[in-house]
Amino acid sequence: MASTSDAHDAVDSGRRAALVATGVVGGAGAIAAATPFVASFTPSERAKAAGAPVEVDLSGIAPGTMKTVEWRGKPVWILRRTPEMIASVKKTDERVADPRSLRTAYPTPDYARNELRSIKPDYLIVVGICSHLGCSPVGPLAAGSNATLGDDMGFLCPCHGSTFDLAGRVFKSKPAPDNLEVPPHRFLSDSLVLVGDDSKA
Amino acid sequence: MKKLIAFLCLLASGTAYAAGAQVHLDTWPEARGRNLAALQNGARLFVNYCMGCHGASLMRWNRLNAIGLDDRQIRDFLIFGNQKVGDTMSIAMRPADAKAWFGKMPPDLSVITRARTSFDYKGTDYLFTLLRGYYRDAASPTGWNNVVYPNIGMPHILWELQGPRETTIERIHHESGGRGLVREVSVFDAAGNATVTRTPVQGHAAEGTTFSFKAADPALARQFDAEAADLVAFLAFVTDPSATTRVRIGVWVLLFLAFFTVLAWWLNREYWKDVK
Amino acid sequence: MPLHKTEHKGVLGWIDQRMPSIMAEYKKHLSEYYTPKNFNFWYFFGSLAIVVLVIQITTGIFLTMHYKPDARHAFESVEYIMRDVPGGWFIRYMHSTGASFFFIVVYLHMFRALLYGSYRTPREMVWIFGCLIFLVLMGEAFFGYLLPWGQMSYWGAQVIVNLFSAIPVIGPDLSVLIRGDFVVSDATLNRFFALHVIAFPLILVGLVAAHILALHDVGSNNPDGVEIKETLSPSTGRPLDGIPFHPYYTVHDIMGLGVFLIVFFSVLFFMPEMGGYFLEWNNFIPADPLQTPSHIAPVWYFTPYYSILRATTEPFMVALAAGLAVYALLLFFTLRSRVAKYAVLAVSAVVIVLMVGGPLKLDPKLWGVVLMGASVLIFIALPWLDCSPAKSMRYRPAWHFWLLIGFVVVFLVLGYFGTQPPSPVNERFSQIGTLLYFAFFLLMPWWSRMGEFKPVPSRVTFAAH
Repeated sequence: MASTSDAHDAVDSGRRAALVATGVVGGAGAIAAATPFVASFTPSERAKAAGAPVEVDLSGIAPGTMKTVEWRGKPVWILRRTPEMIASVKKTDERVADPRSLRTAYPTPDYARNELRSIKPDYLIVVGICSHLGCSPVGPLAAGSNATLGDDMGFLCPCHGSTFDLAGRVFKSKPAPDNLEVPPHRFLSDSLVLVGDDSKA
Repeated sequence: MKKLIAFLCLLASGTAYAAGAQVHLDTWPEARGRNLAALQNGARLFVNYCMGCHGASLMRWNRLNAIGLDDRQIRDFLIFGNQKVGDTMSIAMRPADAKAWFGKMPPDLSVITRARTSFDYKGTDYLFTLLRGYYRDAASPTGWNNVVYPNIGMPHILWELQGPRETTIERIHHESGGRGLVREVSVFDAAGNATVTRTPVQGHAAEGTTFSFKAADPALARQFDAEAADLVAFLAFVTDPSATTRVRIGVWVLLFLAFFTVLAWWLNREYWKDVK
Repeated sequence: MPLHKTEHKGVLGWIDQRMPSIMAEYKKHLSEYYTPKNFNFWYFFGSLAIVVLVIQITTGIFLTMHYKPDARHAFESVEYIMRDVPGGWFIRYMHSTGASFFFIVVYLHMFRALLYGSYRTPREMVWIFGCLIFLVLMGEAFFGYLLPWGQMSYWGAQVIVNLFSAIPVIGPDLSVLIRGDFVVSDATLNRFFALHVIAFPLILVGLVAAHILALHDVGSNNPDGVEIKETLSPSTGRPLDGIPFHPYYTVHDIMGLGVFLIVFFSVLFFMPEMGGYFLEWNNFIPADPLQTPSHIAPVWYFTPYYSILRATTEPFMVALAAGLAVYALLLFFTLRSRVAKYAVLAVSAVVIVLMVGGPLKLDPKLWGVVLMGASVLIFIALPWLDCSPAKSMRYRPAWHFWLLIGFVVVFLVLGYFGTQPPSPVNERFSQIGTLLYFAFFLLMPWWSRMGEFKPVPSRVTFAAH
């Protein structure tokens, strides 16, 4: 294959140009081809349907009682707080670990970053899973009904003894590091809340 | 490769005849399958008339977004029970009950237009002709019979949309006893009473069955043709909801591949130039 | 311990000093594997077969993430993939289109071997591994076809597994053993899933590796049938008609891949069912053990062999016995060794008795299975059946080529009749086709020697382009 070095360079640069062009276009094609495969890993319609927002009718909840619904496989508590319960929240400000819900492990949505951790003061809506290791606390417990809670009203996790007030805030020096998670939610009307969706309609 | 395609084309050709019944099938107007209004009308007909007995349990309600319906419309106009818009279009009838009541469970219609296709005819043509091929038959258990599917177990659910018709079925076949060809003409009036006449056929004639209808209200019957076309369009959509996306992406993929192949050909030439 | 010497620099050099096999194998199989420079269209299909294998394995892995191998859920899980899994319809269609294209590519790949005598000495091992790949591929396709659990899946499996019950003595028990049950059921589905997803793919990959290693040990054939290693350059010791596989054939095969993908994706995006041949219509009906579809046929790539199976009826056994008798006589008068002569007569006599000999004859159903198996296995015998002095059709009498085309036509006609319901016409044509099919192979030792051969050149014919 004897040729002058000029001709040789011309050949090589021709090959290089073709290689680059084919390589770039082929690479783009390969990425495009990979897209459906990667997409198949994302939640399917079945998973999305199972995780879809849940509409909850609030009209049947008597004051002081709690309704539990399932959303994304987790229990979501809707507690209709009495004025007494709301007052108990104000009393626990100094004794809870994160009174203003500033921690970011389970970020509290803007509309719940208030003292009562809710949109409407009457309704506490939190995920009923202890932020320690995942058990579901019992409650709401009345004041003086339990040694761990003492004179406070709140929730008690039976696994390792973490306690939460009636705004879902964890008390200081408990195993659980965070307040109970507030799920995204919005009110469709005064008696209907959509848990799992807080987009502006 | 060329031989394979030629052989496959040879096999795929052929007029649309329903096997067994040897009945000529009408052609479903394919354009309805691309018309959103038609598809929505089909959806309305499906949930109102078919879903009493037939589920489409592999299809989710919210897939109907693709035919121009939003979740609110689906919930308000199409879901009659308490299903959520992300649920599948299944029905409450249990297979054991259906078997007891009807003899067998009415088939799920999720992939019906593909399931009813054969090498001889398209499922859409079959269903289009079937839905419009009912006639009153006083002798049948349901009072209905069908030219495409004789002694069909399903009655003519949509009869009100079509109106009464007189039906003439002409069957040319060999009489048992080897006495040559016979033309058997059955005329079913609007009440399903049949008048049958048999005449021997002189000379040659093609065996088979042909039929014709005389509608009491031709305008209504013609409108029913359009409704049936819409229903079939919807069933075709349910069978293959990704079809339009598939074809759309396909055009781009092939354009890209053509471009890539040209580059690959150039690359090949650049290297093979110096092979003597 | 001192490191290996390397001529490479950087990371490559570091690796080469510690694991020289990588670069050694790269040289042996790619950059210094000298390949004939005169490859044509027919030589694309080997690399395309590897591409399709990779496509099937990759799409298969992703399908397995969503498919449920349970008789209650299998059918709906396939539709779940088609509708609810993002991109699922694309992955499914790739797999179904890929299955059919695998056979198209493999049949064309095998046809090349028939055109150019690629199975002749010293490439018999390449050919044998290839035939084994073909057999395993048929098994892989058969197991995979049950998985969608449609009517065709179920009844096709039922019919084929029942074929094994034709084997005398052990047959019925063998069928139960294969199925894991008395009829095709969930047990069958689960084990076919395991065989399809992991067992046979592993075997296939191993056989493909062996096939390529065997090829590289002796070097590739070419359209002229000329052995390029017989003419080496005095200075370099390389074949004068050879060029390194990489980059010349890697680049060539990329171009071939482009054309292939155009055809492949045309089918996938615009006609994935391919008129009911790639995705069969009856398979959109969930499997019903109580209702057999009116018309069962295997998938298109099995239909020629299915034709041969169905053609084997009681009357046909007489024709076959007569044919065997004539063949035995032909062998008797051709063979030289006395032992061989009389062995042939004895074996033929026994077989003829088993075919038509009154109370001793075996069921035509069993002979059908035997013939069907033989029609596939006979390909293995080609290196020994083909006695032509020239390897490539280019230097053989023109009528040899037309005989080969005739064989292809017979194969396609048998395939066509395999798709059709049974009928007297079907039966007659399939029987004639069967006889011609076997005659092509069994008479090859004689016809491949006949006629006027052209002189085979010592160098390949190549036009620079």
